[in-house]
Amino acid sequence: MGDIWDAFQENDGWGQTWVTIKLSITALGLATLAGLVLGVICAKVGRAAAFLVITVSNLGRTVPTFALIALILALTGLGFWPAALGLFLLGIPPILLNTFTGVKEVDPGAVEASRGMGFTPLQVLGRVELPMAMPLVFAGIRTSSVQIIATAALAGLVGAGGLGVIVSSGLSNNQDDVILAGAIPITILAALSELVFGGAERLATPRGLRISRRPITG
Amino acid sequence: MAELVRWSWVEDNLDDIQEASIEHLQLVGTSLALAIAVSIPTAILVRRRRIPFIAVNTISGALYTIPSLAMFAFLLSFVGIGFEPAVIALAVYCLQLIIRNSVVGLEGVSGPVREAARGMGLTSRQTLTRVELPLALPAIFAGIRLAAVSTVGIATIAVYIGAGGLGVLIVNDGIQRGLFVTPIVVGAVIATVMAIVIDLALVGIERLLTPWQRARAAVG
Repeated sequence: MGDIWDAFQENDGWGQTWVTIKLSITALGLATLAGLVLGVICAKVGRAAAFLVITVSNLGRTVPTFALIALILALTGLGFWPAALGLFLLGIPPILLNTFTGVKEVDPGAVEASRGMGFTPLQVLGRVELPMAMPLVFAGIRTSSVQIIATAALAGLVGAGGLGVIVSSGLSNNQDDVILAGAIPITILAALSELVFGGAERLATPRGLRISRRPITG
Repeated sequence: MAELVRWSWVEDNLDDIQEASIEHLQLVGTSLALAIAVSIPTAILVRRRRIPFIAVNTISGALYTIPSLAMFAFLLSFVGIGFEPAVIALAVYCLQLIIRNSVVGLEGVSGPVREAARGMGLTSRQTLTRVELPLALPAIFAGIRLAAVSTVGIATIAVYIGAGGLGVLIVNDGIQRGLFVTPIVVGAVIATVMAIVIDLALVGIERLLTPWQRARAAVG
């Protein structure tokens, strides 16, 4: 364990951790914004949009992320922003799909009722549809965050900076300690984001929905 | 922008491309077979036991969140390089998807159907193999399909653990040669096509195994 810690410090572990965090947060923030806006638009526009969203997300899943991030970096250059751009694009589908599904699946009765109370379409969206979709939206953000961190590590492998760089240097010099000094923090970051967004998912569930869910979970 | 695909490279390296594709297919096939062989019996064992189910689900879920690069790094350090460690890493990612879907499928069989099976004199083992498993096939296949598609993608990283596959094109010929784009594109395209073909093949197998679904669709 001591050797791994030494390797972590010798390879600027804290600096690379910070780069990975900055990269992931930037990409996740932008992906959340884009996913939410596009998801709501698609949910409101109609069937063609639904088909498009599902097809694009499914196709996106069949393209290997590693090859895609390598390709984006090869075409746009090795730097913070090219990597952020790649991670941002890969992070959109889970949030988009979940926002879309969440808004679509809101009980039509609830929407009718709020309309009957005199809500404008914007109020229906902001006060009824989005709050009810929030648990699913956060589930999407959680999936996306874990994916972005995993892909950020791969971007480092390609040469874009971050913890993947440490793994990469360990791999090319055949040093297990160095490999682990990169791999362990990557795993911790992924676990942390899973915990944070899992908690946020629970907090984001409107209180009324939390109660109604209780019987289902047993 | 430079040309995306230099065709002369593709022509000169057809043998390597073919070898990498076959290796990739072997990696995916073996991992998937191993994952199915572990997951379905596990699902059958834990499906009605609350605590074991939660334990299995939590562990497989935690393994699922380990970033792929880190997973390969751990296996490289603790198991070594080669085909087997790569297969283990890839199979680990499939567990969560297949186990969960299998449990959902098996437990989704309705009570009256189970009653009917018992009424016909089937033992609980016969009920499992002749009624519950066949009815759970669509859910099980949904899990296997998701697992297969993601395995094709993750297997591109197996090159770092010395297991070959399409990662050879992406890493050795692409990234390590100053980000030469052609092999990266070739690797990505073959992997994508492979994922789609495997997915369609699984749909076909599922249809063959569940003829009653087609009959129902025809009647309805």
